[in-house]
Amino acid sequence: MPPTLPKIGLLKGLGVTLKTMLTPATTQQYPHVKPDLPPRTRGVIALMEENCTVCMLCARECPDWCIYIDSHKETVPPKEEGARARTRNVLDRFAIDFALCMYCGICIEVCPFDALFWSPEFEYSTYSLRELTHEKERLRAWMDTVPAPPELEIGAELPKEISDGLAAARKAAEAEAAQTVQAEQAATGAPAKAAGGKAAAAEEDIHVEAEVDQEVFDQLIAEGKSERVARAKAKAAFVRREKARIRAEREGS
Amino acid sequence: MESIFTLDSLALGIALKVVLIAGFFLTAPLVVGYIEHKGLAHMQDRLGPMEAGRFHGIGQLPADGVKFLQKEDIIPAAADKWVFSLAPGVALVPAMVILAVVPFGPGVWAENLDTGLFFALAVSSVSVIGILMAAWSSANKYSLMGGIRAAAQLIAYELPLVLAAAAIVLQAGTLSLVGIVEAQFAFTAFGVPVPYAVPHVIGLGLFFTAALAELSRPPFDMPIADSEIIFGHMTEYTGIRYAFFMLAEYAGMVVLSALAAVLFLGGWYVWPGLAYPDAWPTALTAVVGFSVTFGKIVALTFIMIWFRATFPRLREDQLLRMSWLIMIPLALLNIVVIAIAKVVG
Repeated sequence: MPPTLPKIGLLKGLGVTLKTMLTPATTQQYPHVKPDLPPRTRGVIALMEENCTVCMLCARECPDWCIYIDSHKETVPPKEEGARARTRNVLDRFAIDFALCMYCGICIEVCPFDALFWSPEFEYSTYSLRELTHEKERLRAWMDTVPAPPELEIGAELPKEISDGLAAARKAAEAEAAQTVQAEQAATGAPAKAAGGKAAAAEEDIHVEAEVDQEVFDQLIAEGKSERVARAKAKAAFVRREKARIRAEREGS
Repeated sequence: MESIFTLDSLALGIALKVVLIAGFFLTAPLVVGYIEHKGLAHMQDRLGPMEAGRFHGIGQLPADGVKFLQKEDIIPAAADKWVFSLAPGVALVPAMVILAVVPFGPGVWAENLDTGLFFALAVSSVSVIGILMAAWSSANKYSLMGGIRAAAQLIAYELPLVLAAAAIVLQAGTLSLVGIVEAQFAFTAFGVPVPYAVPHVIGLGLFFTAALAELSRPPFDMPIADSEIIFGHMTEYTGIRYAFFMLAEYAGMVVLSALAAVLFLGGWYVWPGLAYPDAWPTALTAVVGFSVTFGKIVALTFIMIWFRATFPRLREDQLLRMSWLIMIPLALLNIVVIAIAKVVG
């Protein structure tokens, strides 16, 4: 076959490279310039600890089994006289091992109480695998980086989370203003009734760090209960005993 | 005309010239290498080095040099030790020696040989020996394949290179590179002063293409094709020896661009017939002349880089066919036409 002669395409090619050279490169200088990530970026999972009811749905749905939850039950005294005391789940440990996590987001999808959120933060690499297990304090701190949910459409009314939050904040501000006015009145001589003290008294102010009561734990294990259930019940027993002790001490003094 | 670096003491003068040549030999390739890093990157919609040296990666090549120095110097067990160690030097030295006869400005040269062009072309072919030494002594099949390809290619493209330069010699009537610049300065085509690039446009094309092939630069990089034979004769080299080969490539780009600038583009004059004012001191004309030559060198090396970013690699048989069947006949025809024009005109 005779050699193909050079044709105009050679010059066109030169034109393409020259044009590319003269247009600015699209490279982002990452460590110097932070990327502008979309709000739904899957960077890290944040935990709204207050919303968590320890329903365990996230831990059970997790395909990688990378969510660790520990909890115990506490009895909440009745708010009204004669009513029944209620039990409440208290979260002791909530940890996500990001070394195992595959960022599928199923935990966030299944959470019925809006306790888990995606955050676009991604700069949490470490030199050791252990540090990739974020405990609940760290997961709670990520909440500050969770962006507000985007509008469903332009001009749509605010999402419920935000409008509720705003209303609450407004209410709090009004209450504070009213209190200031009351304080001023008190200064001028009008007697002001101390409010709020009674309501708070009903709510128990004793806080006990949960620990496993080894005796109860061993007994429950001997009864054939699962380790998780035994641990939770042992903790609850410990908290109950401690609270009773503290209450007795207070009454004694 | 005398070199401005000639001193009363012969020994001191030679020492000065050697230092200057070595300095130019070590710095000019860095400039070209930086242009290649950045130019190539931007042609591929990248930024290239951005960190080393604070400003746009200006310190990348010196940093690379330090890295090469620190690396372990590995000599394969099966290699022919002495030949293996010497090869990078043999490939490197010719480029440095040619610099001794290249005129960079009025008086800015080390030696004005009467046979300067002949000397330069003769010395430049020595680098083939270095490549063959490296290829054979590595005891590696890829190296050997690369070396054989390099030998075939370098011999094939030596001819069009020499023939294109021979046409210039015919035109100028001298083999001295300084003489060629002066003859080119006085040259007029139909009364209009133009550099030799105009009547020798075919010659310039042949010279430049052959220079690319001599340097094994893309699109003629079959001998060192990284994706096929893993850098050919350089496969087994590491550290400073590998750096020597890279330096030889970039110094080769500078040297062949300098030769092309002198032969075709008017050397240190901006344009033939446009002399530097006599009132200027010697040092000023020397600096301006050097800058003009260096500008032309940079422009030519930029075109080499531009070609590298644009054209795909030729196949080995296409490569040889192009030389023997197209370029060499064209170069011979070029000489005939130039000779006739010279005699008639």
